Amino acid sequence: MKLLIIEDEPGMRDNLQQSLVKDNYVVETAADYHSAREKIGVYEYDCILLDIGLPGGTGLELLKELKQNGHNGAVLIVSAKDSIEDKVKGLNLGADDYLPKPFHFAELHARVKSLLRRRSLGGTETISFGNVQLDTAKRTVHINGSTVAVNRKEYDVLLYMVMNANRLVNKTALAEHVWGDNIDEANSFDFIYSQIKNLRRKLRCCDANVELKAVYGIGYKLSEL
Amino acid sequence: MKLLNYTTSYFAVILLLVISVWAVVYYYTMLDEIYDSIDDGLDNQKQLIIRNASADTSLLNKADFGEGGYRIHQIPAETAVLFSDSYTDTLMYMENEDEYEPVRLLKTVFNAHGNYYSLEVATSMVEEDDLVNSLVYALVWLYLGIVLPVLLLNNFLLRKVWKPFYRLLGQLKRFRLDKPEPITTEPSRIEEFQMLNATVQKMVQNSRDTYASQKDFTENAAHELQTPLAIAINKLEHLAEHNDLNEEQLGLLSSAMDHLDKLTRLNRSLLLLSKIENHQYHELKVVNLRIIVENLLNDMGTQVQYKELLINQQLEDCPIEMNEELARIMVTNIIKNAVFHTAKGGAIHIMLLNDSFIVTNTGDVALETKHLFLRFNKQSNAKHSTGLGLSIVKAITDLYHFSLQYRFENQHILQIRFC
Repeated sequence: MKLLIIEDEPGMRDNLQQSLVKDNYVVETAADYHSAREKIGVYEYDCILLDIGLPGGTGLELLKELKQNGHNGAVLIVSAKDSIEDKVKGLNLGADDYLPKPFHFAELHARVKSLLRRRSLGGTETISFGNVQLDTAKRTVHINGSTVAVNRKEYDVLLYMVMNANRLVNKTALAEHVWGDNIDEANSFDFIYSQIKNLRRKLRCCDANVELKAVYGIGYKLSEL
Repeated sequence: MKLLNYTTSYFAVILLLVISVWAVVYYYTMLDEIYDSIDDGLDNQKQLIIRNASADTSLLNKADFGEGGYRIHQIPAETAVLFSDSYTDTLMYMENEDEYEPVRLLKTVFNAHGNYYSLEVATSMVEEDDLVNSLVYALVWLYLGIVLPVLLLNNFLLRKVWKPFYRLLGQLKRFRLDKPEPITTEPSRIEEFQMLNATVQKMVQNSRDTYASQKDFTENAAHELQTPLAIAINKLEHLAEHNDLNEEQLGLLSSAMDHLDKLTRLNRSLLLLSKIENHQYHELKVVNLRIIVENLLNDMGTQVQYKELLINQQLEDCPIEMNEELARIMVTNIIKNAVFHTAKGGAIHIMLLNDSFIVTNTGDVALETKHLFLRFNKQSNAKHSTGLGLSIVKAITDLYHFSLQYRFENQHILQIRFC
């Protein structure tokens, strides 16, 4: 999978690149409007991470151009401009998703993964890690081929962890993803722990060969046993 | 009260006072003149009678007033010496009116042919009550005669004069900073109105400029703060991925990340507040709050269960015309606030009626109402809360002119009225 990061801020660009390379993507970068235009003109990308504010032009102009050139990779707008107008404009111009800065890597990976999955041929509706398999159309969990009963939130937690497998998932990212943003007030994250505990019990019961580990203070990590 | 009527009513009251005072003064001056004139007449009559009586002694014995309006009788010398002229008001029977009427009576003594006589001369007086009546009657007409034309004048003339003012007022009433409609003023020959028009135009321009720059600032602040925040958070995430960190190091990392997350929320909330206050949420639609509340309660099941809260709900359809995003934020902040601040095992009652939204939750002590909706007011020591949740609710309710109230009746009651 080949990704292009269009981002002018070097710190941000490096972060994104490092994190995505770890997931075995081929990652290229562009720091301004013109170099981005050149790259887009020459290569095809499966997914483009697009910042809106760029030196030399705006991300929205690039987006327009991409769509005119018949580019059919996914476009994820990554912008600090968390304004509804920009979001609506971007999505209307054909962007596939909009991720406001700042975000946790877990959220970025989840978004990129689901965009790529939606685009990939055949549109597989299962995602698996170890012997755990999730059917995203039916929202069901199978371990070793047998169905495991999970509730709605447990499914969301597990899906998020599987999409971020082998990666440390920040507890705030998990809470915001599963229980909605604006989680401002409800912030003792203890309730997440009880949900994770239930999920662990179910995984263990069904002999899953994966494990949900707590990483002290920070969050959780799903890894193979 | 309208400006026109306001000045007119003052004028009417002042005029009433002036006319009343004037009437009293006028009445007494008038009365004084009348007495003076009558007394002069009586004095003249007295001299005529005395002269006639001295010439014609048959007149000296006239016991009744009769047609001449006087009477004479003899009195002893010793009484006469002590006597001096006196004018008095008294009543006398009048044939024509068939009743007692007020008269002016002059009592005097005179000497004729060595004997002393008393002379009483009477003449008809004005009736004071009649005088007062006529005066009041005349004054009421005068008063109406002055006030009515003034009222008419105001309504026709002043209305015309004040027209540029009311036109401007009407435009200011409809004025919205975020709408580009200009304020157009009517040319006027009156200096004050010219000044007002020019000043308003200048003020509107200033406000528009300030608004535009504030809007820019809002967006710039978002941009400038969020990118460094994003970089910092992601760098820490990279660091946390290292497998060789010990617990102490992870603890430090987690604390730093928590604070950055808090900063992120704070930044988002502040931006949200300024966007609401800058009226940047234009899109209105009819939103059924019931659906929002139901979805939210559904989403919050985990937290509710974890805190063992008892949620009691009574939800009616509540269609309100407002921005959907803001409706969601308003409802979310109120309910999350209640869930967050209710102690484990407590109860929350959520009531959504056609015209109000009431959330009640158990608690021990009343919150200080004065600062409750102020920014960064924290009455609990919750370390994750930004203290902006209820300020955001307040900003939204202010935007739509809903009333937001808090009271404590053995439990916390937060109420929004949509009207």
